[in-house]
Amino acid sequence: MSGSVSRSGSRPPTLGGRKERLDALAATAADGPGDAGVSLAASAWRRLRRNPVFLLGAAIIVLFVVVALLSPWLAAHDPTARLLEGQVSRARNEIPAAQEGFPLGGDQVGRDLLSRLLVGSQQTLMVGVFATVIGLAGGLLLGTVAGALGGWVDSLVMRVVDVMLSIPSLLLAFSIGALFPSPSQFTVILAVATVQIPIFARLLRGSMLAQRGSDHVLAARALGVRPRAIVFRHMLPNSLGPVIVQATLVLAVAIIDAAALSFLGLGNPDDSIPEWGQMLGGAQNVIDSHPNLAFWPAGCIIIVALGFTLVGESLRDALDPKNRR
Amino acid sequence: MLRYTLRRLLQLVGVVLVLSMLIFGWLRALPGGPVSALLGERGTEEARRELTAQLGLDQPIFVQYGKFLGRALSGDFGASTGVQPGDSAIEIFLQRFPATVELSVVAIVLAVLFGIPLGYLAARRRGGWLDNLGVVGSLVGVAVPVFFLAFLLKYLFAVQLGWLPASGRQTGGLDATRVTGFFVLDGLLTREWDAAADALAHLVLPAMALATIPFAVIFRITRAAVLDVLDEDYVRTAESKGLTTSVIRRRHVLRNAMLPVVTTIGLQTGALLAGAVLTEKVFAFPGLGEALALGFERRDYPVLQLMIIMAAMVYVLVNLVVDLSYAVIDPRVRTR
Repeated sequence: MSGSVSRSGSRPPTLGGRKERLDALAATAADGPGDAGVSLAASAWRRLRRNPVFLLGAAIIVLFVVVALLSPWLAAHDPTARLLEGQVSRARNEIPAAQEGFPLGGDQVGRDLLSRLLVGSQQTLMVGVFATVIGLAGGLLLGTVAGALGGWVDSLVMRVVDVMLSIPSLLLAFSIGALFPSPSQFTVILAVATVQIPIFARLLRGSMLAQRGSDHVLAARALGVRPRAIVFRHMLPNSLGPVIVQATLVLAVAIIDAAALSFLGLGNPDDSIPEWGQMLGGAQNVIDSHPNLAFWPAGCIIIVALGFTLVGESLRDALDPKNRR
Repeated sequence: MLRYTLRRLLQLVGVVLVLSMLIFGWLRALPGGPVSALLGERGTEEARRELTAQLGLDQPIFVQYGKFLGRALSGDFGASTGVQPGDSAIEIFLQRFPATVELSVVAIVLAVLFGIPLGYLAARRRGGWLDNLGVVGSLVGVAVPVFFLAFLLKYLFAVQLGWLPASGRQTGGLDATRVTGFFVLDGLLTREWDAAADALAHLVLPAMALATIPFAVIFRITRAAVLDVLDEDYVRTAESKGLTTSVIRRRHVLRNAMLPVVTTIGLQTGALLAGAVLTEKVFAFPGLGEALALGFERRDYPVLQLMIIMAAMVYVLVNLVVDLSYAVIDPRVRTR
């Protein structure tokens, strides 16, 4: 553990907060591909393979994805069936306890908790992936346009991004979520994704700007490569590293933010198909008497978020040209 | 320096103006609206029309915004329609602002008090047990949903153990004198020690929940910054000059490492309001966060407009203070 953890210390001076950190991260892309005979990706992979932090995080993610894919077969019961409904009593505040065939007991309406947790991984994975993809797509568009065109377009886009960043992130998600007449899984994803757009935009724009004056872009321009091809073939691929790092970290944030939205009553109200954040948010009314209903989904969220964070952080260190040896 | 400050303040005016326009239009695009929220489903068509006209919502949005801006310049942000109906928005803000400030200050103080020394020690003993524990802890810290941690703390220390109060800002029935609206400060000023202690006890759990993420971030930035500085040539020079370790640490290492840390503290302070929305809800803490959540639920335009604009302003101002504090910490910035 120690060897890998300490490596993160020799990161470039992370001067500043979110904006500055994004720009610093973006700048790591500007160095362009392989200058020491080994490509950055190859040398990064060589270090990652031996990094226990990365391996632990990757193991968590792989397990999570496998469970999500296989959950229909892993779950012993139908997650929507109220099999233990007879043991639920709202008046006496009773919720089915663990019993034969139901190792974790039932939820507020008598559905098998373990099956719901297993199947819930699917929706949780979906929320995380879609929110990240939408946020990335939006940021990619804004950031590339701003960074590639420069001038007044750049100024305009970045002012919009600055205004978006000046609102605390959850408040923004909260605002977007409130924009729809009735919340659903889709609005949750959209709300969480919107928060990520300015972050990705800033990251990509910084990376684009750093590359505009770099040698490999200059060389391509001198060779007469069309501007569009320069952007898509030369500049964008070089920005991929920091973008992948950020996307991995965002996956964790998206899952946590989705849970927060559920907690604030802006989650998907239809709970027939389970999702961890929604299960956690929905358990808030019974948490004092039945904390296990919150603990299980919360535990799953924490472990998965940790997995993505570990991979993101170790990727960041590995892709940092400063750490190449 | 002065010109820089003025330019930044001018920029702030621009951001606030644009933001106020966006918020204004966007709030009115929300489904529902104050009329439905006030009258519910039962309101007759006539009553709805009357109330709409009364709130001025029947006019074109540009006219509404013009009026809003005109009144806002003279300090009138309209009357609340849902959070505390009838009270002026600014009154609600002033009443709740101290609560959130108190909570945020305690949270950020906790985060700084633990984050910087631990981050420094972790960097000094890199690879040691404290370092590993701190790094793992800070990674887990950001993976735990804030509201769940708040629940956990409340469940453990308030419900199960009963050591600390579970909700609110002050125990009911305690006859405390109000001076500033900051309850702890009030207690100290009026020498009502029991009131101050009671208010502080109410702050501990929510502040702990709110402090986790800033703590984790400050810890990691401090650690990374100190590690960076320890590698610098001037530290080696100082060592070879024969300066004592304590002088090197104080003057060379800590001072240089503080730059990114201060920025982080600023950003985290600004972002606290988002966490406060969640924490205040769990602990039924009557601050801005609670008003915001309630404002959304009841579509209280005046309150929401004011709160969101204020939140953004605080965020931008805090970061301005941070940028200015560079000049104090780092003389190189001053000459620029």
